Amino acid sequence: MRHTISVLVENKSGVLARIATLFAARGYNIDSLSVGETDDPSISRMTIVVRGDEKILEQVEKQLNKLIDIIKLNDFLNVEHVERDLVLLKVKADKSTRNEILQIVDIFRAKIVDVSTNVLIIEMTGDEEKIQALLNMLKPFGIKEMARTGIIAMARGG
Amino acid sequence: MIKTGAEIFIECLLKENVKVLFGIPGGQVLPIFDKIFDARDKIKFVLTRHEQGAGHMADGYARSTGDVGVCIATSGPGAANLTTALATANMDSIPVVAFTGQVVTTLIGNDAFQEADTTGITRPVTKHNFLVKDVKDLARTIREAFYIAKTGRPGPVLVDIPADIQRATTEFVWPEKVDIRSYKPVYSGHIGQIKKVADMINSAKQPLLYVGGGIVSSDASTELLKLAEKIHTPVTTTLMAIGCFPPDHPLNLYMPGMHGNYAANHAFQNCDLIIAIGARFDDRVTGKLSAFAPKAKIIHIDIDPTSISKNVMVDIPIVGDAKNVITELLKYVNKKNNKDWLKKISEWQKANPFSYKKDNKLRPQYIIDKISEITKGEAIVVTEVGQNQMWSAQFYKPKYPRHFLSSGGLGTMGYGFPAAIGAKIANPKKTVIDIAGDGSIQMNIQELATAVLNNINVKIVILNNNCLGMVRQWQEMFYKKRYSAVCLAKPNGCLASELSFKRSPLMIPDFVKLAEAYGAVGIRVTKKEDVENTLIKALKIEKTVVMDFLVEEEENVFPMVPAGAALDEIITSLA
Repeated sequence: MRHTISVLVENKSGVLARIATLFAARGYNIDSLSVGETDDPSISRMTIVVRGDEKILEQVEKQLNKLIDIIKLNDFLNVEHVERDLVLLKVKADKSTRNEILQIVDIFRAKIVDVSTNVLIIEMTGDEEKIQALLNMLKPFGIKEMARTGIIAMARGG
Repeated sequence: MIKTGAEIFIECLLKENVKVLFGIPGGQVLPIFDKIFDARDKIKFVLTRHEQGAGHMADGYARSTGDVGVCIATSGPGAANLTTALATANMDSIPVVAFTGQVVTTLIGNDAFQEADTTGITRPVTKHNFLVKDVKDLARTIREAFYIAKTGRPGPVLVDIPADIQRATTEFVWPEKVDIRSYKPVYSGHIGQIKKVADMINSAKQPLLYVGGGIVSSDASTELLKLAEKIHTPVTTTLMAIGCFPPDHPLNLYMPGMHGNYAANHAFQNCDLIIAIGARFDDRVTGKLSAFAPKAKIIHIDIDPTSISKNVMVDIPIVGDAKNVITELLKYVNKKNNKDWLKKISEWQKANPFSYKKDNKLRPQYIIDKISEITKGEAIVVTEVGQNQMWSAQFYKPKYPRHFLSSGGLGTMGYGFPAAIGAKIANPKKTVIDIAGDGSIQMNIQELATAVLNNINVKIVILNNNCLGMVRQWQEMFYKKRYSAVCLAKPNGCLASELSFKRSPLMIPDFVKLAEAYGAVGIRVTKKEDVENTLIKALKIEKTVVMDFLVEEEENVFPMVPAGAALDEIITSLA
C-alpha cells in the first residue's frame, strides 16, 4: 500500500539526516520526499511517500513519531487530501515534432518554460497519475532529462 | 552572570546533581577540563584508560542507581571510542549523557585534526544527540539532554560541544522548566484499555507475566509482586529484569528464552494469556516467531509505542509507565487461584531446573552458585558477555532490582568490568562482582589501572576456560566441533584440524601476574574445594581482586533453544 505521510518537524540541521537514517537503518524504502519551511519558520513540513504492508507502515510511523524532532505526523491514507508534484521535462523537439508536443502540453495544461533549437523544457504540476500520463505521451519524442520535486500534500477542509 | 561555555557546563552538571564524571581529556575539551579541575571538590572525576571504559562506567553507574550516568571524551577518536558504550546503553534503555569536544565551529567539515562527525556517527546509537553551535544554547541543551535521557523510555543522549563554544561567553541562565514541544512521553495508561486488560486477566486460566527492563526503570518491583500474587500468575523475568521479582518465590519462573528456564519456555508455549510489561519480545526470548506462544492472547504494557506489535502482534496494547499502569490495573483485577496451571508449571520446573554436574571438577556454574550463596544475593553482580553471562543469569539470584547488570540487547563483550567500577562508585557500601570470561575481560582489562588507582574495591571472577566459550559451544553443537579461532592461548589459534579442545599450557596473559602488575590482588583457583574459601577471603580484601578460576574448558550452557527453533524445542543436554 502506498502511503503519503505528512510530518511537521523542527527546522534544524540534522533533522533530515535523522529521518533518512531511520529509513535506511530499518530497510524501509522512500518513494519520494520533499521538505520546505511552513508559515512558522521554526517548523518544516516533510512529505514522505512510502510503500509497504500495514505492519511495516505502522512501525515506520511509530519510529518517526519517536524521533525527538518530530512534532506531528499525519498519514493521508483514508484522508481526503490534495497531492501535487512538480515536474520539469527536457524533451527532444525539432521542427517536425514541435507542434505535436505543443498540443500535448496544451491538453495537459502544462507550460513551456524554455525553448531552443532541438529541445523544450516543459513544466507541469499535478498528482502522480497526471504526471505519469504526460510522461507516457512525451516518451516517444525522447525525454532527455527529468526533475521532480516529489509529492507534497495537504488535507482537504479545515 | 557572564560565564564561559566551560563554566556553564560545570554549572549545569551541578544543577543536574551530577556527582561523578567518567572520561579522558584531549585537545578539544581542554577548556572544560580546566573547569573540571576547579570543581574537583564537587564533582568526582574518574580518569579512565579508554573512552569505552568511561561510557560503560557511566552505564554501570546509571543501571545500579537509576540516576543519569555521565561521561566525557574529546573529539574524533575520543568520541568514536564512546560509540560502543552508547550503543550498549541505547539497546538496554539506560540513561546516560555523554559530552564530547568538537573542533572549533569554523573548522567543522574541514577534516581538521581529530575531527569526526560525532553527531552523525552516534545518531543511530543514541536516543537523541545535539551539536551546540551557539554558547547561548548550551545551558538549555544540557538541560534537555538530561531530561530526554531519563524520561519516557530512557536512553543515552550525546552533546557535542565545539572548543570555541567552550571558550565563548554569555549570560548564564538555568532553564528551570523543560518544554520540548515535540517530546511528550505518556506515563499513564488509557483507562479503557486497562479495564479491558483486567477483564482478560480475570477470565484467563493459564496466564503468564513476562516482564523486562521496564519494571526496573520505572521502579515497579513492589507493584509487580502485588499483581503477581493477587492474580496468582507466574512471572518470567528477562535478562534485563533479573532481580525485580524475589528469588525463590513460588511464582518466579526466572529467565525465559534461548538459555532460559525450561519451565518458563514451556509456560510461554502453553499459556492462554501473556501479560508483557516493559519487555520487547526480543528474538532471544521468543525463539521462532511463528511458533511462539500459539495459544496465547497477548497484552503488552510498554512506555514505548514502537515496542508494541513490532515482533509479535498484540491483542491489547497499553502505552504507559509500568508502575502507573500496574497500580491502576490492581484496582480492577480479581483475586485468583490458578492452582492447576501452577501445578503444571511446577512439574516442568522439577523436570528440568537450571542445573549442572555436581562432580569434583571445577565447573563455572558451581562458582556462581557459591557467589550467590555467600553474598545472599545482596551483591551487585555485573557480567561480561557469553557463557559467563548466561550462567550468571541462571545461577546468581539477586534479592533486589539493579543488582544484576548485563549488556542484554547489544551483547557487548568488555562491558562488565568498567560497568562494575561505575556501580561500585555509585554504591560504595555494596559488594560488586564482575563475572567475566577470559575473553571478555581482555576487552577492557586496561581499566584495572582506573580501579586500583581510585581504590575501587571490585571483585573480578574470571571463569577461565581458555577460549571464547560461547562461540566454541556453537561450533561444538552446530559446526561439528570444528573449533575455528576460539582458543585464546595457542600460538596458531585453534583450527578445525584439532578435534577436541584442550587447554594450552601457555597462559597468555597470566591473569594473576597481570593483576599484580596493575597493583591489584591476583588469585588463581584450580580446584573445586578451594572455591568457597577463596571467595570468602577475596570479599574481605579491601582492594581490587582478580580471581582466575581455571574451569572446565568444554562446559556448555544449557538448556538451549537453538537459533530459529521454537521455545519448546529446548535442548537440555547433549546426547
